[in-house]
Amino acid sequence: MSDTVISGPQATAVDFIVRVQLNINGEERILHIDPRTTLLDALREHLALTGSKKGCDQGQCGACTVHVNGRRTLSCLSLAIAHRGDEITTVEGLSQGDSLHPMQSAFIACDGLQCGYCTPGQIMSAIGMLQEAAEGVPSHVTPDVSQPPAADDLSLEEIRERMSENICRCGAYPNIIDAIQLARSIQRGRR
Amino acid sequence: MHPFSFIEAESPEAAIEALGSRPNSVFFAGGTTLIDLMKLDVLTPQLLVDVNHLPFSAITETTAGVMIGANVRNSDLAHHPAIRDRFPVLSEALLSGASAQLRNMASTAGNLLQRTRCGYFRDVNARCNKRQPGSGCDALTGVNRSHAVLGTSDHCIATHPSDLCVAMMALDAVIHTEKRTIPIGDFYLLPGATPERETVLEKGELITAVQIPDDPIARRSHYLKVRDRASYEFALASAAVALELSGDTIVRVRVALGGVATIPWRSKEAEAVLHGKPATIATFREAADAALAGAVPREHNAFKIQLAKRTLVEALYELTD
Repeated sequence: MSDTVISGPQATAVDFIVRVQLNINGEERILHIDPRTTLLDALREHLALTGSKKGCDQGQCGACTVHVNGRRTLSCLSLAIAHRGDEITTVEGLSQGDSLHPMQSAFIACDGLQCGYCTPGQIMSAIGMLQEAAEGVPSHVTPDVSQPPAADDLSLEEIRERMSENICRCGAYPNIIDAIQLARSIQRGRR
Repeated sequence: MHPFSFIEAESPEAAIEALGSRPNSVFFAGGTTLIDLMKLDVLTPQLLVDVNHLPFSAITETTAGVMIGANVRNSDLAHHPAIRDRFPVLSEALLSGASAQLRNMASTAGNLLQRTRCGYFRDVNARCNKRQPGSGCDALTGVNRSHAVLGTSDHCIATHPSDLCVAMMALDAVIHTEKRTIPIGDFYLLPGATPERETVLEKGELITAVQIPDDPIARRSHYLKVRDRASYEFALASAAVALELSGDTIVRVRVALGGVATIPWRSKEAEAVLHGKPATIATFREAADAALAGAVPREHNAFKIQLAKRTLVEALYELTD
């Protein structure tokens, strides 16, 4: 079942350290962690993957966004121990060698940041958002939920709504929107 | 966060057995509310029983309706063609709630059981009868702008935060556990003198699915949510409505309200007013007055009464326009 041991029905003690195997950016990594460790802390404090940021640590800012099995997820509200067997992708796993992901290139080209703290979360969220749109997922601003817009036709209103979890205190939103639109056109060109 | 043990359940039976092994144990699904409240020390379970790998992840269409597995994620439910086509109010309610990331994580059963956003419930230094029975309620005389005006008691005025449950209330959803079925209208408990008891679920009872009965009325349904900002915010007031018209006459109707009550709030009073009447603004206003007739405002939330009325009128108007 797991490496966690429950010592019978009367047990009241808790486990202090557990062994957890995680698949991060295509690599199997073994950690010995406290069960309380969030996925975000496992990445940052135990695996030195500090691209994912701890902004609020309570699911309000989006700076910790990673992909779990291809879907954008808040790593600060996830327990590492609950992600055995899942494929986790962080911003460090996007590029192939020196070749950046189109979304990363677009953020650079459009100057989609100022201080850069929220940027990894913005990029991970934006990639997940375009993927969801490609799958035909509607949003709150979609007038008729039975007719979601195509990814190529997402309006500014749609992009803003779908990115609403990702806060930028510098207010780089106009350029972030530009970057997402540029990345979308790059991806369209590749299809 | 307090220390805890974590166990991955391989079967529903194992999950229930594991839950019974410790006095202070909880099922763990999406975790979006649970981890948040554990970080705040509001919840301090000794054991988390992970139910994410139990076989409750399917959405099944039957002639009787749609069966939604307890582990179906909010985003998958909102996106499912059967939901979007046959029960648009469900899809709209889900999409108006939380954020895309959270909807990817949050489960259907977890949404049913999500906890209030009352700031005093979330602050372990405040008095809260829901968190610590008998300690008192600081919301009664505190900053209660976001609190409930319907279904309150002198012990608790915490608002139920869900959007999905309001839509489910309008659609007469049925909650399935491993041992019984519970109509959603019987599922939630008003706070009364025991606000710590929020549902009729017993300790260790495991939700397996939620059934949405097929009903043509649901095809013409709508969710309208009013909040302090355009996205990623809880409702100040919301309305889930469904109706069937014969000409201009309302022959069948469902009304539920969110953001203003201690539980997802079905308004039979509004439905009684609307039934058999012409679908006009005057009728909608009369129904809204009936829905909020029993409202009890506190110092900072009296505005919600008018807001909820206008929200319901607007929702009905949008649905019949």
